[in-house]
Amino acid sequence: MQSAAVATEFEQENPLIAGLERLPVRSTALVIFGATGDLAHRKLLPALYNLAHEGALPERFEMIGVARRDQEDLDFREMARESIERFSRRRPDPPVLDGLTAEMRYVPGAFDDDEVYSELGGVLREFDERAGEPLNRIFYLSTAPQFFPVIAGKLGAAGLSECENAETRIVIEKPFGYDLSSARQLNAEVLDVFDESQVFRIDHYLGKETVQNLMALRFANALFEPVWNRNFVDHVEITAAEDIGIGGRAGYYEGAGALRDLVQNHMMQLLALLTMEPPTSFNADRVRDEKLKVLEAIVPPAIEDVSKMSVRAQYGPGTIGGKRVPGYRGEEGVDPNSRTETYAALRLHVSNWRWADVPFYLRTGKQLARKLTEIAVTLKPVPHLAFQSIGSVGVQPNQIILTVQPDEGVSVTLGAKIPGPRMRIRPVNMEFRYGTSFMSESPEAYERLILDAMRGDATLFTRGDEIEALWGIIDPILTAWHDDTTSPIPQYPAGSAGPPEADALLEDDRKWRRL
Amino acid sequence: MSEDVWSEQNTNPDAIEAALRELLRERHAANQALAPARVLNMVVVVDREWKGEIANRLERVGRYHASRTILCAVEEGRETLDAVAVVSYDEPRGGGIGVMREAVEIDLGPEQLSALDTIVDPVVMSDLPTVLWSPHGHDEAAAALRDVIDVTLLDSDDIPDTVAALARAQDELNLAYVVDLAWLRTTPWRERLAASFDPPSRRATLVSLEGMTIRHQASSRASALLLAGWLASQLHWDIRPLEPANGEGMRGRAYTSGSRYVDIRLETADQEVPGLAGVTVTCGGGRSLSLDRALGGLRAQESSPDRGEQSWLVLGASRGEGGILGEGVRQSHLRDPTYGPALRAARELGRDGD
Repeated sequence: MQSAAVATEFEQENPLIAGLERLPVRSTALVIFGATGDLAHRKLLPALYNLAHEGALPERFEMIGVARRDQEDLDFREMARESIERFSRRRPDPPVLDGLTAEMRYVPGAFDDDEVYSELGGVLREFDERAGEPLNRIFYLSTAPQFFPVIAGKLGAAGLSECENAETRIVIEKPFGYDLSSARQLNAEVLDVFDESQVFRIDHYLGKETVQNLMALRFANALFEPVWNRNFVDHVEITAAEDIGIGGRAGYYEGAGALRDLVQNHMMQLLALLTMEPPTSFNADRVRDEKLKVLEAIVPPAIEDVSKMSVRAQYGPGTIGGKRVPGYRGEEGVDPNSRTETYAALRLHVSNWRWADVPFYLRTGKQLARKLTEIAVTLKPVPHLAFQSIGSVGVQPNQIILTVQPDEGVSVTLGAKIPGPRMRIRPVNMEFRYGTSFMSESPEAYERLILDAMRGDATLFTRGDEIEALWGIIDPILTAWHDDTTSPIPQYPAGSAGPPEADALLEDDRKWRRL
Repeated sequence: MSEDVWSEQNTNPDAIEAALRELLRERHAANQALAPARVLNMVVVVDREWKGEIANRLERVGRYHASRTILCAVEEGRETLDAVAVVSYDEPRGGGIGVMREAVEIDLGPEQLSALDTIVDPVVMSDLPTVLWSPHGHDEAAAALRDVIDVTLLDSDDIPDTVAALARAQDELNLAYVVDLAWLRTTPWRERLAASFDPPSRRATLVSLEGMTIRHQASSRASALLLAGWLASQLHWDIRPLEPANGEGMRGRAYTSGSRYVDIRLETADQEVPGLAGVTVTCGGGRSLSLDRALGGLRAQESSPDRGEQSWLVLGASRGEGGILGEGVRQSHLRDPTYGPALRAARELGRDGD
């Protein structure tokens, strides 16, 4: 009887995982659609190698690449090796690399070809037979977005959307939809085949350590919570500045623009994590419930108000790092009359008890003065100042700045006395930098996200209702910008801090932080 | 890597601390993008003639360096302190920040060990965890530093007498948190055994374990006992001391419930590197799983009536001894609640020695 009781106890919880940093992952077969593409080449395959190097992959791990290119398993393995050798964050250990690539399989064909799914099913069954048990299955869609519903539908039709005695999950890369309507449509098509619990919508920003640290900073420190509200916060700026242009991505970028490329996903996720209420537990649905609640509290602008709360612009010719660069409309592959924005700035409000009347300013742009992603929370000024400010910069409101890149960290500006006989004040910085306080190198976001998908932990993935809430905020802006075909698009010189028109978004003498 | 160096003979702790502060201040003034790392103090007490070897081991820890390392080299007959302080850094590129690390070497005499706290305490960074590693014994130094340190790093595989090694680990654990490199050598094996029994259908078979054989390098019996102790403590076995098995390791039984028992065997394996070479567990119903060290990871071999014989490679790169020490430094920030119970069980299993 005692033995039966212990057996039941063990069935409920694995007694061997206590104290382990790396929790077990069920044996898995990973299928990458678009396996010859740039994302697989630069990120996914190197991430898989690093997981293998650390011993973090499941006990039994199989990988299948699917893409249109007609090639054999051996060619794909060679391509995978080259990708890993070139882009892995650590130098590959030859035996581990051999072990990872040795059994990789490749299925060539068009994503709408039934034959591809028939062959894929055969390879998956072969893996299951070899393992003597069904492996969990992950279908990773790293393709152009128009193929997402096609692949999901074909997987369902081929009977691959579920597997007896094993979990099946689908990971979908961004962009998830083009606007609210297309996101709803895509959600409907995917959820027609898969259950929401099987769907993992990626926003790789959520896999970044600093972004996750936002939650640690807010909910593990009593220092910040008392001031994290409308009583103390004057305004918040979220900046995602890039010092590069569109590279060879004109085809994609012309159809996307800055609002879709960065604001709708990454920046809005930062805003949600910054403003959400504390979740009751760090569980996927509890965290996502709180994010959804706060996103729903952001009232989308009326079409006629869009011009008052948003600015779009394009980079013109300019100089970056001493080098002349062309303007956006002069880039190869870009329509000379393009109206696609390379810069977007918004003023949003979170209409709830905590954040009423606090403006949130978001800006992002390409070819700006420097690369910087940060959140700056500016507190209200002190109510009374007893010090003379003559002869000094004076007392400035405190700022809490969370830097996502390039140097991950947190800094707080404080007013401090300038040494000397007089009481003169200037702002100083109290800084915490990841690089100086942790020995560990942060893993690539994709390593964390792939592992979480294999574990079935969706905390860092976007839920269907969340993605629709995100698009719901952005949709009126997209519509207004799309419908306005005559107003000139402001131009800013490449290498500058952005268009002067963005300054008008900030009321009450506020100013954007310097890039 | 660039370095700024200060040294002084017949010096004192205040002068060493002041020199470190000045080196950091000067370097930061010269390049404000350089900031001092603030992670961990590591105090290492060594025999002076082995100072170079230990310094080399510390260099091979990969990225897991302590931010301030204080190497105390004990030299017979010495009565004064000589010290060298080094601040090392890579100049930052591309507008990022660079990190400075500090290392101090202090030559001192055996007479000074009983008051080592008065030398080390002024030199460690306040508010950072402090780890002590004393690979050549020097218990007097460890006793003196008791109130200065938060973590003791040791290697139970380093002491040939396993009974004494595990007793020492227990003594240290009673006083501070212990990071035992012998325990860290078992980590991949624990992870893989946990993974192997993770599917709910297999977890139930944990109660029907009938045998466990652990193969280890001759000098790594402590690691083997800790692995056996871990399984015994996590599965609540009623353990008995293992007995020598005719010069071929140790064997014995642990009772799981009533009269059911697990046969435990520790066998030495011909292996150059320290640590474990393999582990085999057998369950009721004819299922067995073996994990053996192989190129590129662990070679798994499973045998069961329903699935027959299977073999596959569980991927993972070997960390090497440098990596193990680096992992030990990293683990100083963490707390593993399973080491203590595993150590107690390992002591009971290994109580009778060879």
